[in-house]
Amino acid sequence: MLENKIDRKAWFYLAFPLLLLSVFTFYPLVKTILISIFSQYNPMTDTFGAYLDLAAYGAIFNDPYFITAIGNTMILVFISVPVSTGLALLIAVALNSIKPLQKIFQTIFFLPYVTNGLAIGMVFSVMFSHPLTDGLMAEGLINTLFGLSRDWVGVTATRSDWMFVVLVYSIWDGLPFKILVFIGGLQNISKQYYDAAKIDATPKRRILRHITIPLLSPLISYILITSFIGAFKSYESVLAVAGSTGRLLDRNRWTAVAYVYDKIGNVGLDGNFVSYYSRGAASAVILFIIILIFTFINLNISKKRVHY
Amino acid sequence: MIQYMNPSGHYRINRKLKEQRALFVANKSMTYFFLFVMAFIVIVPFYWMLNVSFQSSNEVLNSLNTSLFPKEFSPQNYVSTFLYSSAQQGGITFTRYLSNTLIVAVFSTVGGTFFSILVAFALARLNFKGKELIFTILLATMMIPGEMLIISNYITVSRLGWVNDDGVGSFLAMIIPFFISIFHIYLLRQTFKQIPNELYYAAKVDGCKDFKYLRTVMVPMAKSSIITIVILKLMGAWNAYIWPDIVANEKYKLVTTWLRSSFTDQDATGVGRVLINYQMAATVIVTVPLLLMFIFFRKYIMSGISRSGVKG
Repeated sequence: MLENKIDRKAWFYLAFPLLLLSVFTFYPLVKTILISIFSQYNPMTDTFGAYLDLAAYGAIFNDPYFITAIGNTMILVFISVPVSTGLALLIAVALNSIKPLQKIFQTIFFLPYVTNGLAIGMVFSVMFSHPLTDGLMAEGLINTLFGLSRDWVGVTATRSDWMFVVLVYSIWDGLPFKILVFIGGLQNISKQYYDAAKIDATPKRRILRHITIPLLSPLISYILITSFIGAFKSYESVLAVAGSTGRLLDRNRWTAVAYVYDKIGNVGLDGNFVSYYSRGAASAVILFIIILIFTFINLNISKKRVHY
Repeated sequence: MIQYMNPSGHYRINRKLKEQRALFVANKSMTYFFLFVMAFIVIVPFYWMLNVSFQSSNEVLNSLNTSLFPKEFSPQNYVSTFLYSSAQQGGITFTRYLSNTLIVAVFSTVGGTFFSILVAFALARLNFKGKELIFTILLATMMIPGEMLIISNYITVSRLGWVNDDGVGSFLAMIIPFFISIFHIYLLRQTFKQIPNELYYAAKVDGCKDFKYLRTVMVPMAKSSIITIVILKLMGAWNAYIWPDIVANEKYKLVTTWLRSSFTDQDATGVGRVLINYQMAATVIVTVPLLLMFIFFRKYIMSGISRSGVKG
């Protein structure tokens, strides 16, 4: 009797939030998978259709824009994350080793922390801007400084050029959080290790390699996992840096997430009678699987690598 | 010992000390040089945003190269940006975008925080059947990327008639799908768990009801976590872009949509060139409130983000 009463009370706290979570988190999770495997899903009537044939997966892997999108995403993930993690580690170690000006430097490095990604992405776009016709607008900062007239992010930009700017922006954007975490970790390392190294007159590089990095390894793997997952989901950064106004983004500059969003509102079937929504759902599922695999690989590696 | 008596040995040690000192100085200056360079790179975009935002339209449109500071200081850009509207975007100005954003921010923050507290309390303190199961399910769902849910949620809100609705539907479509954040529930549950059980039993003995206990004991004790959640929610509403841009009617879009508007040259020339000085003024307007938040609530923001691993 008493138990039941407590049960009812708990549900009074839980009912509404759990209802919302069911409608907007649990149910869509299952539904997205269903949409992806029924290739003729109709978003207007919300019916799955009779074709449980996984054709949407075939369709996206034959779609050159999806392959490009996955390629773009991979470049972003595997270049920006390691570079920004390495840089952040160096900056954190440097910051931790100085006394004067330390606070000022810290504040500066934390500045990009809470900014709006779109806004700063647009600033990068302006810094790398280039007029399509001379005299239509001024050359941007980078072209002016280096006397170039290269189209970095405009409509005629090559893949390596716009990708370079997106990478620079992503690295810049990823630094503050990583620096913060690393500084926290460095301050937790016991001074004993460094004192012992000092007595032995160990060179700086050896200290970094054999004391600092091994002791930070749990944090490094944590940062890598979270940043890899974040980078797999990148879309707004590319949109802000290499897109035109609004949500207009050249199809060759899509990321996996951009591909998913593009299918929203696109009712109907493509040339092979596969629903666009099914294709979008299929790419969302693929992205999800990639992220899952990644998380597990990373967890396993870090378990082996974490040693001290 | 004998070595120290030896004049040449003495000299050798001196030299070694000198070398070490030189190495030390070189190391330190290298460190500072590196930090200066990196700090410079971090600051440049902020400077550039301000610089371009104060340049005159004539300067950004009609000069061949950009200059490192405004040739003609034009703060009126900010006024023009405030008043900018375009027919394609429903003809509304910044104030409307701002009030839309504030409405979304207030409702999602107040409601979202309130319900997170309720759920976290039930999961941390109350005993009921299925508690562990619910918590495990929540933990597992936390790993799922939001992009997985977008397509189905869009169908749901559009079938509810909220998409592109000229009225309250637009707000519902922006707020409701992200109302409850599992991460925030998790964060609060962990905080509530740290509050000793004895307090709860003592309150029970004194005849304190669960809800009163939550309100008068647990919430004040978890104040800093709650403030962190409020700030994360506010920043989330301020930065939200793609979802609101997709579902909301033109007149109900948020400041981020305004930020991404074209800001074209509306002079009689008819060229329709993009005014990057207006664009940069807009980025400054969007960035300043965030920087202010950062200055005032630095402690909470940092603890929130270092626990979540995500921005905003």
